[in-house]
Amino acid sequence: MALQNGEKPKVGSSSSGLIRVVLLLRVVAFFATAAATIVMALNKQTKTFVVATIGSNPISATLTAKFQHTPAFVFFVVANGMASIHNLLMIIADVFAPNFDYKGLRLAVIAILDMMTVALISGGVNAAVFMAELGKNGNSHARWNKICDKFGSFCDRGGGAIIASFVGLLFMLLITALSIIKLLKPKSHHNCSSLVP
Amino acid sequence: MAVEIKKFFFIVLRLLALAATVVAIVVMVRSHDSAQVLNLTFTAKYNNTPAFKYFVIAEAIASVYTIIVIFLSSKSLLGGLIVILDMVITVLLSSSISAALAIAQVGKKGNSHAGWLPICGQVPKFCDQVTIALIAGFVAPVIYFVLLLCSLHAVLSPILAAKL
Repeated sequence: MALQNGEKPKVGSSSSGLIRVVLLLRVVAFFATAAATIVMALNKQTKTFVVATIGSNPISATLTAKFQHTPAFVFFVVANGMASIHNLLMIIADVFAPNFDYKGLRLAVIAILDMMTVALISGGVNAAVFMAELGKNGNSHARWNKICDKFGSFCDRGGGAIIASFVGLLFMLLITALSIIKLLKPKSHHNCSSLVP
Repeated sequence: MAVEIKKFFFIVLRLLALAATVVAIVVMVRSHDSAQVLNLTFTAKYNNTPAFKYFVIAEAIASVYTIIVIFLSSKSLLGGLIVILDMVITVLLSSSISAALAIAQVGKKGNSHAGWLPICGQVPKFCDQVTIALIAGFVAPVIYFVLLLCSLHAVLSPILAAKL
């Protein structure tokens, strides 16, 4: 196998630099997706409208805008939550068990899980972006009115969560590219270096 | 011999993905219905929604990419570049189908909290055609993800064989 005399091959400085860069990127991505999840999950706005006036008594209705009303935002929260959990698990695995390997599959599993997380985040953020665009501009052909002029801070907070999720997506793309590069780097030169006196 | 089977398998998968994206584009672009409501003609086309426009554009980019890769892969295996481009296209397709599904769900069920009425009752033909396009558009990123895993495996197996 790769290890002789039970000793581990010395990790070259370039490889450990790469590991530290990926760890730093994962921390930033974790904070970005966690921020997106929390901001959207707490997104709620209640407003009282005067609906009609009978005589001199205004009849008011209280309307609430919550993120649960739209399945796209629910998917956004769930997707970003799962991405944050994935990043947290990967950070913990890198910090506490950096050399745990099962038949050499560790890097492949990390790369595949990273790719799945990227696809998940991209799905969630895009669904939320187009729902937010619909809420902001309405759709005259389908007679759907815009809601952002009435619920301004709901829209602002939703927009902030979407921006945070895009930042997280960008960092996750970088992390996935680096994980694939780590996977494709041939490890054989580490073993050969241990044979050189 | 095994390399030939693998190449054949790749090309079959890419042709399936190409078929899925082309079907999605054609059905979505040709979806059209109009209804008369109170002397007003109510037309539904895919142009009305930016989400469906983005869906068509993303599927078009994916089909062009698939055609290019089918013609290129018969010459040489570009390996890592194909893996990265496959991942980009998978992410693009998954985002486009999510966006289109979000808007289509509002069109079908409406959103009572926002005062948005469902439109599928008035333009049922449009809704059916969009459903077919969305199903094809859902199959496409699934096939692309399988392709991504296959190209990753194809690039990795010589390196893994050299390690052991």
